[in-house]
Amino acid sequence: MSTTTAPKPAPAAPSPQPAQRLRTRRPVRPAAVAKNAGALLLALVFVFPVYWMFSSALKPADQMLTKDPVFFFAPTMDNFTKATGVENFWTYVSNSVLVTVGAVLLSLLVALAASFAIARMKFKGRKGLVLTVMMAQMAPWEVMVIAMYMIARDSEMLNSLPLLTAIYFVMILPFTIWTLRGFIAAVPVTLEEAAQIDGCTRGQAFRKVIFPLLAPGLMSTSLFGFITAWNEFAMVLILNKDKSAQTLPLWLTEFMSAFGNDWGATMAASSLFAVPVLVIFIFLQRKAVGGMTAGAVKG
Amino acid sequence: MTVHSQGATTSAPQDAPPKSAGRPPKVPATAPGSSHTSPRGGRRSLPTGWLPYLLVGPAVLSLATLLLYPLIKNVILSFQDINKIEFIQRKYPFAGFGNYTELLGDTTFWTVVVRSFAFTFANVLLIMVFGSLIGVLLNRLGKWMRLVLSMALVMAWAMPIVASVQVFQWLFDEQFGVMNWVMRTAGFSGYEQHNWFESGLSTLTIVTILVVWGSIPFVALNMYAGLTTVGGELYEAARMDGANGWQTFWKIVFPNLKPFFLITTFLEVIWVFKAFTQVYAMKKGGPDRASEILPVFAYVEGQSQAHYGLAAAISVLTILILVIVMSFYFRLILKQEEEQ
Repeated sequence: MSTTTAPKPAPAAPSPQPAQRLRTRRPVRPAAVAKNAGALLLALVFVFPVYWMFSSALKPADQMLTKDPVFFFAPTMDNFTKATGVENFWTYVSNSVLVTVGAVLLSLLVALAASFAIARMKFKGRKGLVLTVMMAQMAPWEVMVIAMYMIARDSEMLNSLPLLTAIYFVMILPFTIWTLRGFIAAVPVTLEEAAQIDGCTRGQAFRKVIFPLLAPGLMSTSLFGFITAWNEFAMVLILNKDKSAQTLPLWLTEFMSAFGNDWGATMAASSLFAVPVLVIFIFLQRKAVGGMTAGAVKG
Repeated sequence: MTVHSQGATTSAPQDAPPKSAGRPPKVPATAPGSSHTSPRGGRRSLPTGWLPYLLVGPAVLSLATLLLYPLIKNVILSFQDINKIEFIQRKYPFAGFGNYTELLGDTTFWTVVVRSFAFTFANVLLIMVFGSLIGVLLNRLGKWMRLVLSMALVMAWAMPIVASVQVFQWLFDEQFGVMNWVMRTAGFSGYEQHNWFESGLSTLTIVTILVVWGSIPFVALNMYAGLTTVGGELYEAARMDGANGWQTFWKIVFPNLKPFFLITTFLEVIWVFKAFTQVYAMKKGGPDRASEILPVFAYVEGQSQAHYGLAAAISVLTILILVIVMSFYFRLILKQEEEQ
């Protein structure tokens, strides 16, 4: 804004022109200072827990448990070695990756078909389906854990990774359909029709014209789905009591009790769990918007 | 929080222009060149009939089996008597409204209900007030400061809940937590080894800080995005007319962003009301079950106490409350869609 980008007039400005500017600007300056100081303070408050997680993860054990926190130290990877050395660590990792990736791929596939029909076709019950998808986005999964547990138990599917994958798939499906529907609708029908005139079948038109244009949308949508499934806690907590079928969120929440007072290792574990999400999220900030059909149809 | 939260209202792309959605499904390949004007011939007998249903089928089927069925099962369970013995024998006798009458006559249940409402109210109020203020601040900052603050907000937003719960437990650790040090440094006494998780209330206070910290970014960044759509000349005009910041906010910003405020408030109410992970991962509803909110109450009654029927009844009542809030939310969303 103008207050910060404008060159700061020197206190003893010689020419009359800046003097006039000075007169109008001066009352703003203490406020501007307060504003920027406040913003900086807020930024520190919001970033501090994240910073403290990484900082504690890298801190040597003997500087961890001190009355007054140590802010400067020689970083070490000991905590990470300890955190990843836990029994079953790699089982948790592979379970998490398997369940998450499976759910995302499945939901992309199913949602692509559904959202294409919703965006481009006329059929009975379309409106009802759109409403259902919208409401399903708000499904209170955390409150349904007891019912889900009873269903899983009575069908002998406790500790089942396929069931967990299926649940995560349905959890992210409505959002995926909703978003992809928007992306597909944004691709001009004329493009598709042009391809059909040029001799494509409808399927080919979809594969060769719409699909490439959807790529950025597919990417961001699946990343959001990935984050949801990766972070999910309530379902896996109630369904998979067996260590061999658990995922990283459970490993993380049970880390402290398993390790006594080892905050360093706990923070290392938290960092390991959070880093993929943080990276994806920062990436999404820049990529989620745009990259649509800009320039696909000219004139 | 929810990251599935994140896209819900804002990151989803602008909705389809309705005209493209209602187009006839199939334009024959032989259609004349000016194809965008030919609803004729759209009734190609075979594909129109079953193709959309085929495409939509898998989605509908999976929603029905893994979302609708559990919801129905939840209601059925709430009318059954399922405690330890019945659970082991797998025979669930019909209990009529037994679970509901037991719940509604139980003071613990009402304590949890009041606690849940108070928790939700406090959180949403803090989130909306501070989120909006920070949004306004973002709008008034210079380019660099804005980047710094929004990066910090994005970091807090992106943190997975289970990880941030661990971090907050560490920050508020009784013996070596930073917060005790901060309080001591600021000159408060009694923070040598202050136990921040002493009571249900203090535990929920920490959870509130966690939830508010994690939810403000969503509100603030969206608020900022909304503010940029309010034309700058409006502010300019208001300033010319001598309006102060407060007046500008209530007379210009608020009316323009009213739909945003309402939708976000309802979203936050829904999210906070069912904040299972934050509360359970923090202290499992403790100490002494004093920080349980409704979803946690249902979980503990079911899993730890083996009162599955009762737990199902709690879930049903919780879902009913959520449905009431959601009906307002959906009405707003639909209204907004119509307007666009």
